[in-house]
Amino acid sequence: MSKVRLATVWLDGCSGCHMSFLDMDERLLDLAGRIELVYSPLVDHKEYPENVDVVLVEGSISSEEDLHKIKKIRARSKILVSLGDCAVTGNVPAMRNAFSTAEVLRRVYVENVSAPSPIPDQVVPALLPRVCPVHEVVPVDVFVPGCPPSADTIFWTLTELLDGRRPDLTGRTRFGA
Amino acid sequence: MSPATPDVKTLKIDGIDISARSDQTVLEAAREHELSIPTLCHLDGLSDVGACRLCLVEVKGTAKLLPACVTRVEEGMDVTTKSDRLLKYRRMILELLFAERNHVCSVCVANGHCDLQGLAQAHGLTHVQFPYRYPKLPVDASHNRFVVDHNRCILCTRCVRVCDEVEGAHTWDVMGRGIESMVITDLHQPWGESDTCTSCGKCVQVCPTGALFEKGRARSAAKRPDFLPYLTMMREEKR
Repeated sequence: MSKVRLATVWLDGCSGCHMSFLDMDERLLDLAGRIELVYSPLVDHKEYPENVDVVLVEGSISSEEDLHKIKKIRARSKILVSLGDCAVTGNVPAMRNAFSTAEVLRRVYVENVSAPSPIPDQVVPALLPRVCPVHEVVPVDVFVPGCPPSADTIFWTLTELLDGRRPDLTGRTRFGA
Repeated sequence: MSPATPDVKTLKIDGIDISARSDQTVLEAAREHELSIPTLCHLDGLSDVGACRLCLVEVKGTAKLLPACVTRVEEGMDVTTKSDRLLKYRRMILELLFAERNHVCSVCVANGHCDLQGLAQAHGLTHVQFPYRYPKLPVDASHNRFVVDHNRCILCTRCVRVCDEVEGAHTWDVMGRGIESMVITDLHQPWGESDTCTSCGKCVQVCPTGALFEKGRARSAAKRPDFLPYLTMMREEKR
């Protein structure tokens, strides 16, 4: 049996979902026998590959880069999993939505620092006017809420997917878990 | 079977034969028989307003869905409390509540003991299909013990009712219309400047979300609204 091609992606989140992923501990070894990790912030691949079977997406869509990436990810992946509250609801990154990007940048780079620095407008991707959950931009197949979802929840979700089932998360996790 | 006395109605809820006093609501009758109907604005010990619509049930012979908390039992009623249609609407109501204001569970003081969060989990809500509104709403921390965070308010009006009906202060009320509605203290003054607030904290204890909470903790303690039916019962006995 060929291994399932798994990818994990880190958009606008704190990486807590990836920490929770690593928190599966020795169960990672069980998974390793069944998957091939083809793209992840945990490994060194520069380009998101074609033909990904399952992708776990952490983080909300907050910048033009996030938007560009998620469209490519969607096009190249069979099953897209929104992992964690940022991907599912917008969560903490979306708390800036009550303010304009200009207000947010001024707050961070000018008002809230002892040594004001210029607001970056080169190299770094531009912020979108509004942070949104992944499913507002591309279709999502599985939603795993939680901040972060527990290692147990992630392991259960992955094993369901590896066994060819569509996981039903009812009662297993919640917003803010 | 002997005919029902005038005070007693017989009806069916989820196929189960039930008798109830004629002054009881469908919700009361159902709960007395341990049939669960989800609620959010209802609280034992307060009047009912049918604001949240979560307790909607199907009644045979009526095309409309009826809120169980404000629907009196009737002779021969045939009530359904669980169906795919009801589940669909209940989830939709919860989703709309999440989309309406800023419910960021992960950083909310009520995380882990919030009625809205709990109901979402119980109803298998894994995401919100409606676009979030992200309104800019104030937080009033002017009271020396309590805070109102309008981002988390679902306008259930439990605070308004407990303050009026139990404490007798009527500090809380609702202003505005539709999506602009907000709970306010006195004549929309800062809570800390309220002349009528007795600082009793009942509103905080009955708030189902993190909209009203006590200062000084990052995670609020579990709310304790259970004092209400007891208070109401004791007062009625006194009368």
